Amino acid sequence: MNLFAFARKQRRARSADTAKDRLQVLLAHERSSGSGSGEADYLPKLQRDIVAAIRKHVEIADDDVDVRMERGDQMSSLEINIDLPQSPKKAAG
Amino acid sequence: MTSDLKQEPPLGRVVVITSGKGGVGKTTSAAAISAGLAKQGYRTVVIDFDVGLRNLDMTMGCERRVVFDFINVIQGDARLKQALIKDKRLDTLSILPTSQTRDKDALTKEGVEKVLDELKKEFDYIVCDSPAGIEHGAQMAMYFADEAVVVTNPEVSSVRDSDRVLGLLSSQTKRAESEGAEPVKAQVLLTRHDQTRVDTGEMMNVEDVLEILAVPLLGVIPESQAILRASNLGMPVVLDQPSAASRAYEDAVRRLTGDEVEMRIEGERRPGLFNRLFGRAS
Repeated sequence: MNLFAFARKQRRARSADTAKDRLQVLLAHERSSGSGSGEADYLPKLQRDIVAAIRKHVEIADDDVDVRMERGDQMSSLEINIDLPQSPKKAAG
Repeated sequence: MTSDLKQEPPLGRVVVITSGKGGVGKTTSAAAISAGLAKQGYRTVVIDFDVGLRNLDMTMGCERRVVFDFINVIQGDARLKQALIKDKRLDTLSILPTSQTRDKDALTKEGVEKVLDELKKEFDYIVCDSPAGIEHGAQMAMYFADEAVVVTNPEVSSVRDSDRVLGLLSSQTKRAESEGAEPVKAQVLLTRHDQTRVDTGEMMNVEDVLEILAVPLLGVIPESQAILRASNLGMPVVLDQPSAASRAYEDAVRRLTGDEVEMRIEGERRPGLFNRLFGRAS
């Protein structure tokens, strides 16, 4: 009887643990970024700045910069991909 | 099937998941229906309209991958392609999360229409997960809909609110305002249905609810332990292990795409004598 109960408890607990872990990771990020000025808000600006900085040297379209984020418990990674044209041209000016 | 559909021009059908009342299962249903459509090979995107209270991302299990959102796209801070999150389980499924930091006024009719028009060029189904209530956010979610799934519990306040929402669908939508347009095709999805309680007369049955609301039935989703488990895991119910609820959602999805599927009302299997003797408390 104990054995059955143990097995069932194990199985049931697993999805609740996953839920708790997911919430802890997510809420830690949301709380630290504060309400109103969330972390997501600086990303569009960051992207614009990156495009502007690269355009000083190479002509790229708005679409050529791709920003991705993967949030983890210990750290988050920001991945920025820039598609450069095949033969870099100096921007005018 | 998947590859066949991908060659054809997209259907571009906008389906709103709405209810009026909160907590009846809108987001769970939006996740299950969009995943069900994608599983059938339809190119599907699901949009969270609940600005400020983002939750679709958690239900879909992509909360760690949100960078840009629906509001960023509306305000021109990001392109649609950047904000769409591709589901890792189904390549036909994408998620457009909403903003956690803005308020609902950031949704403008023009902005929403522009995004929907762009999505229509690529997707067969555009599923709009409405916020609760009948305020601005809910109105924006339903305004451009071709079809509506009104999520209803067999319980008085939910049925009353659904009736109110059905009224809005037939008056406050683009289709209602356009002369000669077909009205929004509204169907009821009855969730948290408990056959045992219906049998004992504690809960209104399907016929009772349909008689009051007078719209077609899309499906009956039984009260099921599978729902909480799927939400814990960030997995749409139809992608998790088979259950009475997942089968009911799959049937509802097939009806949504025009298939005739016999209505079956399956109950969650009650714990048998064995289980009751050995452990399980509920």
